[in-house]
Order: sequence, then structure tokens, then C-alpha cells
Amino acid sequence: MSDGCGAPEQTAVVTGEDTGDQVVVAGKVTGGEGALGGAYVRLLNADGEFAGEVQASPEGDFRFYAAPGEWKVRALHRSGNGEATVDAAGPGLHQVTIAVA
Amino acid sequence: MSREDVLVTTQWAEENLNTPGVVFAEVDEDTTAYEGGHIPGAVRIDWKTELQDPVRRDFVDKEGFEKLLSAKGISNDDLVILYGGNNNWFAAYAYWYFKLYGHDKVKLLDGGRKKWELDGRDLVKEVPDRPATNYKASDQDLSLRAFRDEVVDAINTKNLVDVRSPDEFSGKLVAPAHLPQESAQRGGHIPSALNVPWAQTANEDGTFKTAEELKELYENAGLDTSKATIAYCRIGERSSHTWFALHELMDLKDVKNYDGSWTEYGSLVGVPVETGSNGGK
Repeated sequence: MSDGCGAPEQTAVVTGEDTGDQVVVAGKVTGGEGALGGAYVRLLNADGEFAGEVQASPEGDFRFYAAPGEWKVRALHRSGNGEATVDAAGPGLHQVTIAVA
Repeated sequence: MSREDVLVTTQWAEENLNTPGVVFAEVDEDTTAYEGGHIPGAVRIDWKTELQDPVRRDFVDKEGFEKLLSAKGISNDDLVILYGGNNNWFAAYAYWYFKLYGHDKVKLLDGGRKKWELDGRDLVKEVPDRPATNYKASDQDLSLRAFRDEVVDAINTKNLVDVRSPDEFSGKLVAPAHLPQESAQRGGHIPSALNVPWAQTANEDGTFKTAEELKELYENAGLDTSKATIAYCRIGERSSHTWFALHELMDLKDVKNYDGSWTEYGSLVGVPVETGSNGGK
């Protein structure tokens, strides 16, 4: 068990990755010129209620371990904001890309 | 207390980076953030290795706190501006900790590292060299800190505010959604606790909501402000953020942070645990 509450290092998803029984919502933040690093990515439930936040890696990667459900991911960056939705119905890897403009 | 007594804006911070007697300190669990760039002149405080006892689950003692602040070059007269990542969770924990050991000249940078970055303000890698001081701490002010027996006695008596996310409160998750969900403890919450997630006290950019907005939030959640309040989360840092909102911004007098939080309570033998989303009322 993690003895802290800060987010672990954000890493890219690997195709075919086995998430076990975890519901993983993961993906990349992109800007005008491809991957955008350092954005603050917020996980919001269907009602817009905040569930978690991580800072994307320099390559724009982010990852959440959520409960099953429909989620919105919202990215904040000094260059702009963006959001996307993802249906994470059960265990497995649910990938999503957020375009920031 | 007014907001200005306990918070500074990023604008104020930028204008006071070189003000004598003002010390900026970044507090994080992930210290690589500081290494990658920090507010110019800021010292680093490592939440895990410097604020926690290395063996027991507890704080560093008074002598340890004196030694730490002396080594950081912080004196008793300095105004310490704390900030960090994770929406200031760990900085709020440090703020509460500074107050616990009697350092009253302390404020939080509103919005923390996130707001500073979103503003596009400068971060530097240069580590400041501050001469050591001879810092003296007070004994812990235990009117700010709750322990497990007091928490069990508070069920149905005092306000208990569980500041974790709704899925952690109900027992669906046992950790925040940015962490893997492995855990030995039980999921759920302390009976009679209200669920007011810490994030509801903050704006999207990490700044705190106004005292009026906070009052409305807690009134709607059913907080009885005539009673004493204990806030908790999983390990005590998100609840420090809420302790700050309740005690420092709303000016409620009897508010304690239960730093043992769910990792302690959820592992206790024989105590009542409630699941589901119902909560206090």
C-alpha cells in the first residue's frame, strides 16, 4: 500500500497492458504541436464532481485508478484547457486523449 | 482572521521573492518536482523524510522540528510562505504542523504550485544557500490535533468531516483515484461523518473558495458550526487542507485534524464502520 497520497510518476500506457482488477483511465494530453507535458489533469465523474488530479508527465501521459463508470478528464495548462470523456465500465485499460487549445 | 492573514496570492509572492524576513518553502511528497524547478529562493521540505518520524507513525518531535527549521535557515521571526503540488495538500499539512509547533508567522500560497505554473511564472533550479539558524519550537498545541480515542468518542457527538472523494467515502475505493487500489484496510467511513470532499473547498486553479462560499458549502452539507469538528482523510494531508478552510478561513474555533485518518481508523479492531454514501445526517 502506498504510504503517501501524492500521485506516482505518470507513465505511458503499454499496448496490451494487464491492469488486473483495476479500472485504469489513462492517456495523453496534446497541444498544437503534439504531446503536451505538465498539464494538470482532473478526473471528474458524470456529475462533474472532482475525483482526482495528476500532473501529466513531460510526454503528456496521465493515469487514474477509478471506480467503474463514465468519467470526464479535464486538462489545465498555461497555454489553455481541454477535456474529453471516457466510458470505463469495468476493469481494464480505458484510453483517452485530451486536446488542449 | 481575514483571508490576507493566512493566504498570499501568487502576485504578492512574485513581488516579495526578495523581501527580507520572508522565506518560501515548497512542501511535497514528490521531491522531484522541486528539483525540476521551484519558486526562486524557495527551500524544500520533504513531507515524507523530514516531517515524519522515520520509525514510528508520528511527527518528528519538538527537537527534530527545531533541528529541521534551523538547518533550512528559517528563524522564529521569519514569515514562512508554504506552497506545494497536489493543490497544496502537503503544504497545508506543513502549515498545520507549523501552527502545532507554535510558528504563527506562516501563510499558504493560494493555489500553490499549480496556480504559479498556470500563471506562467518562473521556476528555477538553483537551490538557495541560507545560513543555519537556532530555531526554537513550542510544545505541540494539541487543541489542533485529534487522536483515535477522541474520534471514536466523537461519533454522533461532534462534527466528523470526511474529506475524501465520494468513492472512498462509500467504500468503493480505498485510496484516491490517482493511486493503485491495493490495501489491507476496510473501505468505508466513520459513522456519522459528513462527506465534504476537500476539492469542494477549492477552485479549479487550486485557490481556496471564499469564506462565504465555504460557509454555504458546509451549511448545505449539514455541518453544525456550534459543535466541535474533526476532519480526516486517508493519511491526514487532504484533511489539513480542510482544517485550513474551516479553522483559518471560516474562523471556526474548535477544529482538529485527525492525522491518523482512515489508514488508522480503517484498520482498528472493534470500531464501527459505515459504508455507502449516506453519511452524517
